[in-house]
This record gives sequence, structure tokens and C-alpha cells, in this order.
Amino acid sequence: MKISVYRYNPDIDERPRMQDFEVEPFQGMMLRDALLEIKKQDESFSFRHSCGEGVCGSDAVNVNGRNMLACVTPVAELGRSIKVRPLPGRPIIRDLVVDMTQFYEQYRAVKPYLVRNDPLPEQEILQSPADRDKLDGLYECILCGCCSTACPSFWWNPEKFHGPAALLQSWRFLADSRDQATEERLDALTGPYKLFRCHTIMNCVEVCPKGLNPTRAIGHIKDLMLDKGI
Amino acid sequence: MSIPTRHFDALIIGAGGAGLNAALQLASADVRVAVVSKVFPTRSHTVAAQGGVNAALANVLPDSWHWHMFDTVKGSDYLGDQDAIEFMCREAIPTVYELEHAGVPFSRLDNGKIYQRPFGGQSQNFGGDQAARTCAAADRTGHAILHTLYQQNIRSRTHFFDEFFALDLVRDAEGVICGALVLEIETGEPMLIEAKATLLATGGFGQVFRTTSNAHINTGDGVAMALRADIPLMDMEFFQFHPTGIAGKGMLITEGVRGEGGYLINKDGERFMERYAPRAKDLASRDVVSRAIVTEVKEGRGCGPNGDHVLLKVDHLGEDIISKRLPSIRESSKIFAGADPVREPIPVFPTAHYAMGGIPTDRFGRVAVPAGHGAEEIVPGLYAAGECACASVHGANRLGGNSLLDILVFGRLAGKNIIDYVRENPYQRTTDSASLEQAMSRLTRWEQKGEGIPVSQLRAEFRKCMEDHAGVFRTEEIMTEGYERLCELRERLPEVRLHDHSKVFNTARIEALELENMMDVGMSIAVSALKRQESRGAHSRPDYPDRDDQNWLKHSLYYREGDRMDYKPVRTKPLTVESFPPKERVY
Repeated sequence: MKISVYRYNPDIDERPRMQDFEVEPFQGMMLRDALLEIKKQDESFSFRHSCGEGVCGSDAVNVNGRNMLACVTPVAELGRSIKVRPLPGRPIIRDLVVDMTQFYEQYRAVKPYLVRNDPLPEQEILQSPADRDKLDGLYECILCGCCSTACPSFWWNPEKFHGPAALLQSWRFLADSRDQATEERLDALTGPYKLFRCHTIMNCVEVCPKGLNPTRAIGHIKDLMLDKGI
Repeated sequence: MSIPTRHFDALIIGAGGAGLNAALQLASADVRVAVVSKVFPTRSHTVAAQGGVNAALANVLPDSWHWHMFDTVKGSDYLGDQDAIEFMCREAIPTVYELEHAGVPFSRLDNGKIYQRPFGGQSQNFGGDQAARTCAAADRTGHAILHTLYQQNIRSRTHFFDEFFALDLVRDAEGVICGALVLEIETGEPMLIEAKATLLATGGFGQVFRTTSNAHINTGDGVAMALRADIPLMDMEFFQFHPTGIAGKGMLITEGVRGEGGYLINKDGERFMERYAPRAKDLASRDVVSRAIVTEVKEGRGCGPNGDHVLLKVDHLGEDIISKRLPSIRESSKIFAGADPVREPIPVFPTAHYAMGGIPTDRFGRVAVPAGHGAEEIVPGLYAAGECACASVHGANRLGGNSLLDILVFGRLAGKNIIDYVRENPYQRTTDSASLEQAMSRLTRWEQKGEGIPVSQLRAEFRKCMEDHAGVFRTEEIMTEGYERLCELRERLPEVRLHDHSKVFNTARIEALELENMMDVGMSIAVSALKRQESRGAHSRPDYPDRDDQNWLKHSLYYREGDRMDYKPVRTKPLTVESFPPKERVY
């Protein structure tokens, strides 16, 4: 099986190139297995990976134009021609390794933590199962970056638009019955860019390896803003 | 030697649950804390913990910390230190509430309290009926906890060094540890971080085995750093093989599956755990279940064309429970085993999972080593917490749900203790140039060019050797052969060469450094196991089938120099309650 991977090492390469490798497939082979096999052939090939089961979010890559997690993608599903590139729109550090600094900055910008102003009870803060259910489909995000780096609005205005991953987290806390910073969170999202650059293109939903729906979360934030008259 | 240097009050190496909970205490107390992690913090392996964290909240069934303590002591096969265990089980309750307040999205009961599920080895009333003690966020509890801790650290403005690899600890002229030399992976440049206190929180090292539930990053960097600093490792022979890894792959299927009502069957469809543990059945302790599975397969009752695994049956729980309580398991099973548990059973076999042993610490997270004869001494300024440490709360076998608990309780406590330490020791020590040069030599060694053995080749041989010779069942013969083989591999290590000497994000170089760490750790497991002539907890020897409290109710200590062993007594006296004396361990 032939796999073509993106190569660029700033120490030696003037410009990036694609390089072909021949890999022996096996039953149940994931793309990460194939990349590891390539690394065995050429140790200078670099990519991030760790847990191998789709929870750490390290190995997001772009395959044949689509973002995905290498460790949970069977090579058998990728067709005959497999071209593996780094996540789009991010500065390349080396080979498949991209600079995610801006993505993490956007995440931090939405203050992704529970804010509680009331005195804390001695035991747990109570939450009904129905209220807890509202967090399903939100808290599971693994920060792999598949969604934001597939989003045209994020490509065009990465310094102004927060992007789907960060906005999903923003809604995760707005939707949490325990959080007490709704007004501040909504205030921080006003203006034409941070939230409203989302044009519901829905690439994020398409590519999320955890099956999450950032577009819907962004819609909920917009609705809440309307409700509150912001 | 001119190397960029940074100064902090506290340096934490590792950004999993232990490191982040310690960092949170420190940052909240306005102590200047740096967290060094070789991956972005939420990629740390705590993220993969599934089933939950134990605390006697009594939300579902009656419970008490004292029952939790009894179960943990029994689960440890009486090798756990009872003062540390009492402390952990008491602290479990406020620790879980604190996490909930920090935002962890725990699953809930109808009355709004945290959902708790039954897990293996749990009982009410000191060995009575099954308890339900494991607090869960569906089957993603580690993910929920790790992300929450990282989020609260953002709020507390902790200083992170993401994708920095720790090379070695450094010392001042008096020999006191005063920070670490680290490598910025992106640039390939070294940097010195000096601190008044250093916490090792580098997690486990399941990667020393070929088939493991552990991530690629779990290479024992912190324990190997301790070994190189002449600190012994404790109880390294006790390595847990989780009963239910996906067969042939090793990915974890949480014990929570059995907690929710799943059970194991052999090729005859027999629920075989009834024979091995008539009372607790599939929720017996992990060492018991793993041995049962291996025995079934060895005796020809395994499933599949090669008869090399057993099946975990879940479909009778119904799609609703499976989707609600075990969504990730369903996903993993579909992806990696090609089986949807709603319809068909999951093929499973034991997988290398968790290190009970590690860097010896007291219950405040301070590294403590024997000094001269008997007495333990604190290593000033050095702390360890989480899987890399050994407090020892798990003894010879850890109970499910106690590892998240361990990292959270002892990470938090180490953080609190460091706050006091840096206030009492306000002056930064200066790194001795000889110590720095020695740390730098770890890097320069890999600058050697020319033909040699590739890192990947030696790594593969090493991991296979560990799997074949230090697995679920261990005999003198198998282990002696393994030790000799490891010695050969160790002798070949200097012949390993890198071909890629570039600087920017050179992962080959990181893997070479990790291989050195893993081989030291593997040797500590092999030697400790070979020397212990009894069966206790996860250490099972067909040639010495019984536990021998007369001779072996003691902790092992492995020193790197000369592969030397030493031993120290188990602390059988708890803090406030009566000691639990060793008894026969049946489930």
C-alpha cells in the first residue's frame, strides 16, 4: 500500500514536498499504525501521537483533504490514494507537526472553566440528571483541532474569530447549571467577529472525530444572547 | 556552559492529574510554579482513565471511608502502608467534592448527587455485600477530570512549558536537587529550570511491555530520572495486568463494564469467574480476574480461531444503559475489535496497565529513602506523586478506581506541602556545573554518528522481552532467562545510533531518550520480580504459589547501581484506627 506524506524540515528543506512510502497493510490497521511504520523506515519523519485510542487528541492530520484522527481511522476506509498532510492553515513546524498556539489562545480566551460565586456547599453542588444531560456532546471535546482548522471563518480571521472548538467550550459552561458567569461570558462574545463570524458552514460538524456539533452550540449561544437582549 | 536558565519556586514535571492538581494548589497560593510536560497537558494519559474515582460518598449504597480502607488494604494483599491508605480513603471524600466544585461533569443520580458505580474489590462492612463507591462521568472520568484541572490552572495562571522533555534532575554543590535540565522539543534547545522544590509527576511506564493500555508517552521518564539520581525504586515487581484489554491490541475496556453488569465467558459460554471467585465473580480483584483469564486460555477454553482470548458479554444490559453509561467503550469496541457490544461480546485479554511501584514517598509526597540502617530520610526539595510514586497505597495490587484517587489526593497534598517547603526554604540553590554537565551528557550521547542499531529495533526487542518474561505468571526459569536477555540488551544500548541529528521537533531523539529510560525501568521490574520468592497480588509465581508473610511482608527497593536490592518494612499501623492484620485473601 502506498502512502504519500507531507515532508518539511526547516533545518534542511527549502520548501515542503510529498514523499511516498510503501507500507504493508494488516487487518485492522489504523492510519497511525501506517505512520508508525513509515517512521520505522525513516526515523526523521515527525508527527504527534500518544494514546492510540482517540482520547488524547494528539494525532489530528489532514488526509485527502479531510481532517481526522490518525489513530481511529482505518486505512481500509481511505481509498487507494492516501495523501497525509498537516492540519490546514496552521504554521508548519515540521512534517505533520503544526503550531497550535493560536488555537490554544482562542480556547483560553473563552475562559473555559466553571465560575461559581456562591459559597461552596460541604458536599457536591446538586445537578439534576436532565441538567447534566445538557453537557453531553460538549464536555467530550479532546482539543484535537480538527474542527477549527477546517473552518473557513477561522482561516480568514484566526486572530478575531474564536473558532468552533473554543465556542463549543464557551457553550459547555453557559449550559452548565452550576456556572454563574453567564452575563460575563455573553458580554465577552459580543461584536462582529468572536462569535458572529460563524456562517454555519458546518465543516466542524463534518470532521469532529468525537461526533460533536459546534455549529449547534454556537446557535445556542446566539439564541441566548437574543433572549438576554444583548 | 551557557544554557538559558529560568527560576521558579516550584517545578512540576508532568501535567497529568497529579501534576495539575499540585500546580493548582501552588498557583492558587501565589507560589511561582512551572509545569513541564512533553505533551500539551490535556494529552497526558490521565485523559484515558475511564471508570471513575473511589470515594465513600454513600450516594448509592451505605459506605464509609473505613470500609474503603479495608478493601484497599485487602486488595493490596496487605503490602500497602496502612497509614497512607487511611489518609487516602479519608481524603477521598473532600477531594471528590473539590473536583466537583471545580467543574467536573460527573454523571448524576435522580436526587442530583454524584453517580457511583460498583467496581471490583469493593465491599460494605469489611468484606460484606458489594459496595458502589466509584464516582463516574460516564466512562470518561479521566478526561473530565484532566480537562477540568487544566481549565482551573488556566484560571490560576500557572506557567506551562508545553512540549518540553525533562532530561535529568540537577543538583547544587552540596548534592541537593535544585531543578531539572529540560529540552524544548520544538527548537531542540536545552534549558535549565531552577526551583526550590521539584515534583516528579511523570506517570506510568506501561510502554515497557509490548501489549499495553498505556499511551506512547508512558515511558517512565520520572522514575528513570530518580534511579539516575541514586534513588531506589520501590515494589517494582508489582505491575498490574488489567483483565480486559481488547484482545491482541491492548486498549482498555473499563472494569466499569463489569460494574454495570457485564461478565466474562469462555468458549463454552461458561461464566468462568464463578469458579475462581464464587462470591465476587467478575468483580473480584484485577489480579484474580487476569490470572483466571490466562488460565482459561492456557487450558484450552479460549475463544476465537486461535483460542487466545475470552469474551466480555454486555448485550444483556440493553442499548440504553450501554449508550448512557459506557458510550466510549461502545465506540472503542466498534473501532478496534469490530464488535458492537450492543449485539456481540467484546474479545478481551489481560493488558499491561498500571505500576503499583515507583519512587518511594511518605504520605506528604516527599521522596523518602532508607539512610544507613533502617531509618528513612527525606530527600530535601524532591517530591513525587501519581503513578510514578509509591506511597504505598496499592501494595501488591491496585483496586479499580483507586488510581485517579491516588493521583488527586497525593498531587494535591504534595502541592500543599511544597507551599510550606518553599516558604521555609526561600533561597534558590545554584546548579553545580558538574551536575549540569552530567545532565547534558544525556543529549550529547545521541550526537554520535555512524552505523549502529536503530532505536526502533532495540525498543521492539526490549518490549517483547518484558512481555515474555515479566507477565502474568512468572517462574524462576522464565525470569532468569529474561534477566539475562535484558542484560544483553542493556549492553547493546551504547551501540544504538540516531540517523536524524536535526534539532527542530526531532521525535526520533525523544524516542531514543525514552528508550534509555524504559530500559532502566524494565530492569528494575525484572530484578525485583526475580528476587521475590512468593506469590502476592499481581506478582504470581507458580513455583512459589503462596503468599509468605513470614519472609516477604516487606517492600522491595531496587538500586540501579549493580542492580542491587534492599528491603524495608510495611507500615502496618494506620493513623487513628486499628491495624488490619494479614488474612487469607478470597473474593
